[in-house]
Amino acid sequence: MITGSMTDIRPQDQETLVGAEALATPAIAVHKLSAWFGAQRILYDIELLVPPRRVTAIIGPSGCGKTTFLRCLDRMHEVVPGARATGQVLLHKQDIYAPGVDPVLIRRRIGMVFQKPNPFPTMSIYDNVVAGLKLNGVRRRSLLDEVVERSLCQAALWPEVKDKLHKSSGVSLSGGEQQRLCIARALALEPEVLLMDEPCSALDPTATAKIEDLIHKLKRDYTVVIVTHNMQQAARVSSLTAFFYLGKLVECGPTTQIFERPLMQQTEDYITGKFG
Amino acid sequence: MKNVLQSSRSRYWWRRLKSSFMLILVGASVLVALTPLGLILYQLAAEGLRYLDWNFFTQLPHSPQFCLPGQPCTLVPAGMANAIVGSLTLVGLALLFSLPLGLLAGIYLAEFGSNRFGQAVRFTADLLNAAPSIVAGVFIYTLIVTGPLHLGFSAYAGGAALGILMVATITRSTEEMLRTVPHSLREAALALGVSRWKLTLRVVLRTALGGIVTGVMLAVARAAGETAPLLLTSLNNNFWPHSLSDPTPSLPYFIFYYATSPFKQWQQQAWAAALVLVGMILILNIIAKLLSRKRFARR
Repeated sequence: MITGSMTDIRPQDQETLVGAEALATPAIAVHKLSAWFGAQRILYDIELLVPPRRVTAIIGPSGCGKTTFLRCLDRMHEVVPGARATGQVLLHKQDIYAPGVDPVLIRRRIGMVFQKPNPFPTMSIYDNVVAGLKLNGVRRRSLLDEVVERSLCQAALWPEVKDKLHKSSGVSLSGGEQQRLCIARALALEPEVLLMDEPCSALDPTATAKIEDLIHKLKRDYTVVIVTHNMQQAARVSSLTAFFYLGKLVECGPTTQIFERPLMQQTEDYITGKFG
Repeated sequence: MKNVLQSSRSRYWWRRLKSSFMLILVGASVLVALTPLGLILYQLAAEGLRYLDWNFFTQLPHSPQFCLPGQPCTLVPAGMANAIVGSLTLVGLALLFSLPLGLLAGIYLAEFGSNRFGQAVRFTADLLNAAPSIVAGVFIYTLIVTGPLHLGFSAYAGGAALGILMVATITRSTEEMLRTVPHSLREAALALGVSRWKLTLRVVLRTALGGIVTGVMLAVARAAGETAPLLLTSLNNNFWPHSLSDPTPSLPYFIFYYATSPFKQWQQQAWAAALVLVGMILILNIIAKLLSRKRFARR
């Protein structure tokens, strides 16, 4: 049975589900967000509140628009020719889709980690971490040194690479290390929100466990939104889960509730593996 | 129970036979293609080294024999110092304007050129690449040598003609190389809040640098060996040109001129000049590769 659509869940319902104190000052508030690739509509009027300093997981079957949704949150969606988005995304009360807002400046405030690790092959480990700072004109050595150590420690990579910061390229590391390097690179800019697009899908179970550990630690200081096709992962790392299906937000709530007693039949069918 | 792939023994041997045949075919093709090339290089090295001496790099060209009335003719030390410098000057001048122009045009085509204008530019560049080089010579002759600028036969004219030939090659090879940079790297930089032009210059261009340098060196090698456009633009000079507006000597011109002359000494010098030209391009290539060497080898 297929019932419900996003219209059944309003932000006010969500508040009662997650706890009002967490959603009173959301890090990100999404209102009527729609997205297209050319003539093809990908997202339909998404409404979602992302609480600060928590991990919010986005789950759903392939092609449901979860990655597109994530990319809309830092205006990376529109980078693809023919792609566009409408609606409101309030980042700490500022609408990043308001006219006159420079997407480049927005992206400096929001970190993004991609599905496949993508360190810069021509840069050393050190330069990879501070790429965002250096490419934007920060040159003070003492500051850069400090940021490199802090970010790599936060990404739990410091002990492994501290002796080869300048000697080795970012791509000389293993896949899991590369992904943690990419996380360090995003953290170096001290982002207000960290977006992760299936960050473990290219990694083995050991590396995945390390990244999940890391996400647990990160939520003390950062707001994290993670897209995952792995439901166990969503259950392990997130406090909030949103279920997307066919471009619509079907249900959003505390992770335990979504996995144990979802409100929507569709959510239950997906969680129990009836489709997707 | 046999599966589909284990159908029969004769089929298996037939496949093995086809495989060996194809292997021999591609191997033989490589040999046939490379043999003439190897023979040319061998002959060039053998003949060139025989006639190459220190004078070649220090002396000016000279008539084959020096005869005074009533005395036996003597050989005078002769070389092509002026043509070596002349060739470097012409290629240098050509690079001076074709390199920035070609690089920028290549960046435009790769990053912003998916529109009609980009397609038109790409088509024009391909046409220019395929055009006979004498066309560039005629064009510059009517524009710079005579015509509105009227600079006469000069290094300027020669450099401009070679530059026109290089622009198209550099543009297209730069574009192709930039396109090989994975999309994920552009996204990584964009997500860090890096502006488009910085992303292009400091990430995309940097990543593709090795390939771009190779493309530029191919253009340089082609231009350095061109003779036809120089006949109409820089002409030749048996002495040191006084300035860039003088007719300028070049190695290809001397090779053409000496190789077709009836004098033994000149023909021998043409061999030496050809070897020096190839050597110069080789050295330039090595220097360029060293300069653009990747700091880190890819795993």
